Amino acid sequence: MSGLMARKVGMTRIFRDDGKVLPVTVLEARPCPVVQVKTLETDGYEAIQIGYRQQRKSRLTRPEIGHLDKAGAPPVACLKEVPVPADRQVAPGEFIDLSIFLPGERVDVTGLTKGKGFQGCVKRHGFAGGDNAHGCKSKRVPGSIGQHTTPGEVRKNRRMPGRTGGEKTTVKNLEVVRVDLENNLLLLKGAVPGSRNTYLLVSKKRGGGR
Amino acid sequence: MDELLRLVETNRPAEGIADFGPGDNVKVHYQVIEGDKVRIQVFEGVVISRRGGGVGETFTVRKISNGVGVERIFPLCSPRVAGVEVVRKGKVRRAKLFFLRQKRGRAARIKEKRVY
Repeated sequence: MSGLMARKVGMTRIFRDDGKVLPVTVLEARPCPVVQVKTLETDGYEAIQIGYRQQRKSRLTRPEIGHLDKAGAPPVACLKEVPVPADRQVAPGEFIDLSIFLPGERVDVTGLTKGKGFQGCVKRHGFAGGDNAHGCKSKRVPGSIGQHTTPGEVRKNRRMPGRTGGEKTTVKNLEVVRVDLENNLLLLKGAVPGSRNTYLLVSKKRGGGR
Repeated sequence: MDELLRLVETNRPAEGIADFGPGDNVKVHYQVIEGDKVRIQVFEGVVISRRGGGVGETFTVRKISNGVGVERIFPLCSPRVAGVEVVRKGKVRRAKLFFLRQKRGRAARIKEKRVY
């Protein structure tokens, strides 16, 4: 299993034995039911579909209930697909818990960042902005957005003000500090996207490296 | 705050930490790690501030060392802070004693709070 869904509880700090402070994000990950196993023969690729967030049955549509009942899974609010390593076998109805992660391991965390609304170029793209003194009239303006008659247009992908945040982001290579199976808590070093209570996908680190 | 977050914040102030506040003269026993040896260093001075809460709480101790004012900030819950001894209780009316930085010698005295 390469990942599961978790709820962001918040951030705190923990002291290591030598007195050094570790900034940690606490995630709550209750066991996720496996809803569907996708195979090379039937779907063209290998993956498993997991459910998360317990939900009242009356909140689901009948096709959703049918889909979950087929796997023998409890009613869940959302479904997510994660790739699965070939060496591990899972059947629908099984549960995946935090035991797939070990302290010291590296994980990637995917989620929605906090929405920041319509923002200017300085916040959104890190533009330097103008002088705040000496009578300068261009404090936070974007400046020139192009040349002259040639090319006579504003080039594509010009960075401009606009809606910022609220987009899907992956923070890679976060260290697993602690796995608390009893309380279903996962502690990661550093920050993860989104506000508290946001739902995140925690997956094993992809690619090479340590 | 989330109950689950509290589960994680297990660090507690060391046993040897007495009840102290701003204005108190304290001896802070701080573990210093030199190579593989651990020894205790004592920093004695006036507590001029306590800030933050929970595992993040810190306190600032100020002393005059060879005529130079020295301030150190200690995390209250750090395992390196082995103990805090109250030498003398101070009688002060505010929580932050930053005004002491501007005072020298006799002007920087704090009245003792006597408990009968």
